[in-house]
Amino acid sequence: MNKKFKSAFLILIPILLVFAVLQSLISFEILNNYYTQILIVICINIILAVGLNMIIGFTGQLALGHAGFMSVGGYAAAILTLKLHLPFPIVLLAGGLVAALFGLIIGIPTLRLKGDYLAISTLGFGEIIRVLIINIDSLGGARGLAGIPKETNFAIVFFITVGIILIIRNLMTSSHGRAMLSVREDEIAAEAMGINTTKYKIMAFVMAAFFAGIAGGLYAHYFMFLDPKSFDFLKSTEILTFVVLGGMGSISGSALAATVLTILPEALRPIAEYRMVIYSASLILLMIFRPQGLLGTKELSSLKIFNFRKNNLMKVKKGGTKDVAA
Amino acid sequence: MSLLNAKDLVIKFGGLTAVSGFNLNIGENELIGLIGPNGAGKTTVFNMLTGVYQPTSGEIEIMGEKTKGLKPYELTKKQIARTFQNIRLFKQLSVIDNVKISFNYKISYGLFNCIFRLPGYYKEEERILQKSRELLKVFGLLEKENELATNLPYGEQRKLEIVRALAAEPKILLLDEPAAGMNPQETTELMKLINWIKEEFKISILLIEHDMKLVMGICQRLVVLDHGQVLAEGTPEKIKKDPKVIKAYLGEEVAV
Repeated sequence: MNKKFKSAFLILIPILLVFAVLQSLISFEILNNYYTQILIVICINIILAVGLNMIIGFTGQLALGHAGFMSVGGYAAAILTLKLHLPFPIVLLAGGLVAALFGLIIGIPTLRLKGDYLAISTLGFGEIIRVLIINIDSLGGARGLAGIPKETNFAIVFFITVGIILIIRNLMTSSHGRAMLSVREDEIAAEAMGINTTKYKIMAFVMAAFFAGIAGGLYAHYFMFLDPKSFDFLKSTEILTFVVLGGMGSISGSALAATVLTILPEALRPIAEYRMVIYSASLILLMIFRPQGLLGTKELSSLKIFNFRKNNLMKVKKGGTKDVAA
Repeated sequence: MSLLNAKDLVIKFGGLTAVSGFNLNIGENELIGLIGPNGAGKTTVFNMLTGVYQPTSGEIEIMGEKTKGLKPYELTKKQIARTFQNIRLFKQLSVIDNVKISFNYKISYGLFNCIFRLPGYYKEEERILQKSRELLKVFGLLEKENELATNLPYGEQRKLEIVRALAAEPKILLLDEPAAGMNPQETTELMKLINWIKEEFKISILLIEHDMKLVMGICQRLVVLDHGQVLAEGTPEKIKKDPKVIKAYLGEEVAV
């Protein structure tokens, strides 16, 4: 019990510290609106990346339509706010659930496919969602949906992001997580060892869609405007880049890559015309020199860093006594 | 009591009849060998018994229950487990995780329990860890529990596959060429191991093998397949002398 408490403590303290620092910087207006916006976009991108990582990195299914689920969640949440004036948390949850429902409807037929075929069919579904939205007039059509109230702030986004990361982490260190990994490693062997592979593929897909839907709701209520064009194939590719670059199968890797790749284009703004050149060149270089991604399948965690330091200290101590004995 | 009963199994792939008229009865605590030339349909039989293929006609009963239409993962619940001819470990996962995965189908906690880390989760995980470690210890793999499966030497990978199958707590274990790629010394060790597993875990084993020394040495009963049909069935002594088997598979001079 003590050990559990200690590990919970080691997880919560750094999170609260980071939050306290960032929130006070925002409150005292040391970080202006522009920086706050970047922080919020980073968190939204992290949610999208860690979600897609569940499908691609952990379950090994190449799905390409993730922006579609984000838009479904975003529009669903926005409509609920505009038409029914429901409270924000309920709206967010509902957006996630609608996206999850879409994930289920799309997942059941497409997850029978493998590899390239799955990639192309999910890409198609992502585009279908976008085209549908453009053609539904009550959703604003191609003009976009305006007038959504601003409800999202840094604190909300931050804690939802942390919550989602913890949910995924807890899931992945359980039997259900191991089952997902076994699907990635060898589907035939997994089936033979009693894993219902279809169930776990759909579970990963639906959960990722749910998280993307929440990200969409947060996005809609921060920018107060939804444009179907911003959820196109390019957005899906961007999320995929986070996952691949961070290291497929690493939650912290996806989060790190989402952070770096959101900051990088903004940091390069001063050299406007070379911005995208440097951005893409760094992507290419990273893939050449570190094809497994920033973190590979490893995880960064405050627990491990703590244990690592402790072990090293112990080694040093042991080494020390040996020297004395010699 | 018969654990597994296969009656008149036939499977056709398009116009090709891969296996026809296959009958097999596995009783409790038996060790049966399935032998035959390459392409005779041995692995196809395994795939039918474990639900990978659905037989075109015929019936399989496991402990009196028909298994028609059941998927491989549902058959695991009927206490049948297998290994593969070309090793199919979860390569990028640790040795212990490979074993832990077999406990998934009877896991006692749900999603809610594991996301919110309720006591049920810790209790069950502890139980799975202990059981996995026990099994690994028995097979001498405990020191390597945290290594990736892909980094194990070949013989240990074969062993780990057997451990993984045993972790699913089967009554019937199907081994597909467990000695493939092993040297004579390793094969002798494996022979002893298989016999020991049968006695220790009180299970029945059906094994495909080309190594006649192994098969003749430990199996109580042999089934010989050729061109998808059962050529002969009986004790190793009987099979050794069967002229049809000698002609089709063993060769004129039996070197055993």
